[in-house]
Amino acid sequence: MEGAVLWSFVIGLVVSILDVLGGIPLAWLIVRSHGHWTTILDSLADIPFIVPTVALGFSILEFWSSPGGLAQLFGSTSLVSSGVILIVLLHFAFSFPVIVRVMVGEFLNYRETYEVAARTLGASAFTAVRTVTMPILRPGILAAFLLALARSLSETGATIVVAGAFENGTVFINNVRGSGLTAAVVIASSIMIVSSLTVFGLIKIITPRIRVAPLKVWPNLERKLSKSPVVATRNAISLIVFLVFVLLPCLFIALPAVEAVAAGTATEAFAGVGPWKAFWSSMSLSYVIAVLATIVNIVSGLPVAILIARNRFGTRISRVVDALVDLPIIVPSLALGVSLNFFWRNMGALPEFWVIVLAHTTITYSYFVRTMAASIQGIAPELEDAARTLGARPLRVFRKITLPLTKYSLLSGAILVFTRSVDETGATSAVAATLKTAPILLVSWIRGTVAVTPAERALGVGFLVATSFLALVMLRLIATRISARKVA
Amino acid sequence: MSKIYGNIHALADVSLHVEDKEYVCILGPSGCGKSTLIRCIAGINKPDSGQILIDGKSVEQTPIEDRRIGYVFQDVALFPHMSVRDNLSYGLAVRHAESTEITTVTNEMLDLMNIRDRSKAYPRELSGGAQQKVAVGRAIATGSHLFLLDEPLGALDAIVRAELRYELRKLASDLGLTVIHVTHDQEEALSIADRVVVMKSGRIVEVGKPSDIYIAPQNLFTENFVGETNLLEGEVLETNGSQCVVDIKGHRIRVSGFGKKVGQRVIVSIRPEFVPLTTPSEVGWKGVIKQVTFLGNLNRYVVEVDGGIELITEESTAEYSTGFRVGESVSVLLANDAHMLLFDYPKEGLEKEISLE
Amino acid sequence: MPRVSFANVTKNFGKVVALDEVSFDVSDGQYLCVLGPTGSGKTTLLKLLAGLLKPDEGTIYFDGKPVNNVNAQDRNAVYVPQQYALFPHLTVLQNVAFGPLARGKPASIALETASKALDLVRLSWRAQALPNELSGGMQQRVALARGLASGAGLLLLDEPLGALDARLRLDLRHKLRDLVKQSGFTAIHVTHDQDEAMSVGDEIMVLRNGRIQDYGPQRRVYRRPASIFVANMIGGASFLEGMVDTTVGETALISVRGGLTVQAPSTTLTLTAPVILALRKERIRISRDRLEMENVFKGEIRGVRFLGNSKEYLIRIPNGDIIASRQFAESEDDAFKVGEEVQVGFLEGDAMVFEYPAKGLRNELEVG
Repeated sequence: MEGAVLWSFVIGLVVSILDVLGGIPLAWLIVRSHGHWTTILDSLADIPFIVPTVALGFSILEFWSSPGGLAQLFGSTSLVSSGVILIVLLHFAFSFPVIVRVMVGEFLNYRETYEVAARTLGASAFTAVRTVTMPILRPGILAAFLLALARSLSETGATIVVAGAFENGTVFINNVRGSGLTAAVVIASSIMIVSSLTVFGLIKIITPRIRVAPLKVWPNLERKLSKSPVVATRNAISLIVFLVFVLLPCLFIALPAVEAVAAGTATEAFAGVGPWKAFWSSMSLSYVIAVLATIVNIVSGLPVAILIARNRFGTRISRVVDALVDLPIIVPSLALGVSLNFFWRNMGALPEFWVIVLAHTTITYSYFVRTMAASIQGIAPELEDAARTLGARPLRVFRKITLPLTKYSLLSGAILVFTRSVDETGATSAVAATLKTAPILLVSWIRGTVAVTPAERALGVGFLVATSFLALVMLRLIATRISARKVA
Repeated sequence: MSKIYGNIHALADVSLHVEDKEYVCILGPSGCGKSTLIRCIAGINKPDSGQILIDGKSVEQTPIEDRRIGYVFQDVALFPHMSVRDNLSYGLAVRHAESTEITTVTNEMLDLMNIRDRSKAYPRELSGGAQQKVAVGRAIATGSHLFLLDEPLGALDAIVRAELRYELRKLASDLGLTVIHVTHDQEEALSIADRVVVMKSGRIVEVGKPSDIYIAPQNLFTENFVGETNLLEGEVLETNGSQCVVDIKGHRIRVSGFGKKVGQRVIVSIRPEFVPLTTPSEVGWKGVIKQVTFLGNLNRYVVEVDGGIELITEESTAEYSTGFRVGESVSVLLANDAHMLLFDYPKEGLEKEISLE
Repeated sequence: MPRVSFANVTKNFGKVVALDEVSFDVSDGQYLCVLGPTGSGKTTLLKLLAGLLKPDEGTIYFDGKPVNNVNAQDRNAVYVPQQYALFPHLTVLQNVAFGPLARGKPASIALETASKALDLVRLSWRAQALPNELSGGMQQRVALARGLASGAGLLLLDEPLGALDARLRLDLRHKLRDLVKQSGFTAIHVTHDQDEAMSVGDEIMVLRNGRIQDYGPQRRVYRRPASIFVANMIGGASFLEGMVDTTVGETALISVRGGLTVQAPSTTLTLTAPVILALRKERIRISRDRLEMENVFKGEIRGVRFLGNSKEYLIRIPNGDIIASRQFAESEDDAFKVGEEVQVGFLEGDAMVFEYPAKGLRNELEVG
């Protein structure tokens, strides 16, 4: 058991480091290049985030491991078999957009003047970025790293799909649960929760204290590194890494899905024949839960977001709440599900359905609160001050000023919660005994515990992906609306 | 010596010539292109057309870091993660200078800027004025001789600005620097520049010594921008060689002006300090005091004279006169035309010509 | 009854004391200018009045009634921040009508009030524009109109001209004052610019490090500043260090460091007490001929500064100190040149005498 938990952390750390190394150059490329293709690249980088992890796992499995995947090009039946390396490839792919998203935001908010100032003082572009930009953005890089780590530790659905015989923490818990060993499950979950909190706490405390070393510069080397051919090569490598290790593996699922549609499986699907009956009832269950989780989040999360953003009850309380809000992200969802289950089921009060809704709400809470808090903080407090002194009561200020200016963020937050909920596997599997949400159903389809044809499997995953894709498109439209407003 | 011939969307056909060790101020309202101009010189922006020459050499292909220009930013831009000492020594460190040289020069800068005791502090702990000093010191430490200052005093309190500008000027003289200093503050430009370049809407409107562009500018915009003035609309009644008689709503004045035609619409400009008031007398225009403002060293009056013309006039409080009161009748003596300037009526209308934004 | 009163108000932010036992009154219809360097507590003062902050000690009174526990929306004091805080998603008209609507007025009345306010600032033609489509000066006028339309009666202006170009400020400061006076509002206008404070207010209050240094009509504060800091902050001066030698009737003889003697109005300071003499720049005469004044010295011009409508001369007097003289509207013929020897003089009545400050002269003159 300890070995499995340890592996979770090892994999998590390795993957997060790789993601940071790969994600930052891509984020840089997106922000600093000119032309319309950068917005396309930006959207593409979001794909692994939006595609449900179950689908992701399946897609990656197909891409790297199956005869129909990349192996074709090399004339073998499988390139990478199930196990730890596949898990690493999987985690790398789905944590990648986290890094890119956070870093793009950091770069956009970054005052380029610092870098320009460094260059006027004689630093080449490479030196300026290395000695000025990166140190200033260190908190952001750290935040991105921790987020990637959290996702990796927490990930359940896809990991189960690709793990094969290997066991990391979440796979272990899942397997053990199936065998009905409650005690082991609880212990393992507790270990994971405690370790996560410790690791995160340590990293957060230690890193800011790492002293910036005195300036060491190699002018000639760094000058060469600033030249266009070098830059172009670096960009090319980032793009290739992104393409081969992230984008293609994620989109690979499209192929078999389209084949399935062509083969006529789609008509069966829509007719609700055979396994599809269970599929559609799972999908509707997932959507209902997602809608409920979203509503609860909005209603309960908005006041908390305001509290954090505006330090309403004093800075100390805000900071505590701030830290608490991050918990559901840090704690692996499976472990969270186990503890929730333990708490609510053994209390006996709530039926399974509501425990699932509660689990989803808890897990997605942070996303909503963080998005809203950031957005509210982005509104100059002076606007609210002016409104209040003009005679507006707090409710009016909220309705007429705060809400209209944050409505797009509200929408983004809601969509994020919705998609995350539809995607949610770990906690759900811990809590759900009889009910099956779509991802759980698909896991059983993929692992073969429920017998389906490859075509049906592909199509099922394809439907799930399609809905998430719609969400991505809507998010993009909203984002462009927000930035258009800012420019104007 | 630098020359610029430019054609940039924020700058239109700008040509400028700056001598070695000259202190030039580029003066203009926000959005006139002054910042764009020096950013082109520094290499931060690229001109769409035209050339930039520094010491006779074209610098188009030279990247920012090789142009050896000291630049001070409007928002200071001190590196927040480095102490004052590290900020100051950055320019030398990136050129891989000897550590002994770095220490010597940095200490020189600390003493020059009078901030030796704050060398270990971080930028956020310093006042606005102190931060600006560090920014200037940081640029000087690199040993450049050409300096570009983008509204270097903009973020500071009025009093600190007024003190620091002279320190800046003295520093430039002592170190033999060539400086191009961008500002929107006309008093700042007039008090420290060798030459002032007035810009508006991407073009250079006028260039000259401070006293020249204040006392006898060629351009109406310049006249109104570098200091307050009364602008009176009138029509030329007579021309007589180098002088004209102009009719302003029934009042006649004689102004020096060359090449005007009878009947031409003109603008007569007279600055408040040259509009003398006396107790009512036979000569002069009759008027009534509408407003009195005590400014400390000056009394400012708004006088309405016959014809509905409002004049602003200022007189020093050094003379122990008790001053005039609101409602009092006075005479405005505009007989002396020595300080009056004559301008053609602007084609696009007066308001547009002198508009500040 | 004063319209607004501060009684021993103290406000802290952690360890920083922003306002320290501040007390003052403002009468109805008065336009008060609060002048002080950044960090002196000006914005805190406005926010306390607006109800956006609560005092830690002391009481704030509106029309004689304590308002410490009255919410911002009920105080009838409009706060106009430095960056105007125009609501970006509302049109100019909607912005200006926000106040009346928030106070419960029916829409038709609110819009009428708003239109009138926009007429006052001459921006009716931009009623349907969005704030970001307007220039800085126009935004400032909309912010003012919004304040005037609110019907609040107390206008709190936080550096209202601070975001504008210097030349624009010259034009707008008088218009601002006219508008406020026309509407009959009581106004408290905060700034770090002394020219602005002198032009705009009826009275000036000088703040430093959370304490009031002086408060009164411009003329008095200018002619008889309460401290060296105030003398420097408003109008500027040259400062000489010296000691009271003797008093002869109404005149005191101050011996200035370096062997000069200055005649100043007799003071209540004790003999041999160290003092600082402050001399206003425009009160120092320079001449090539003899001067008939109580205090005349030989001087040498060490520097000339051209300021447009005036020139500032830096003159070295016999004890080695440099003093500044401002000559207004001087003709080119009369102008002095660097190196020229001149007669420098000032009247006895123009010499302002102050006690030597405990923390030294430099500290007293520091503005940050």
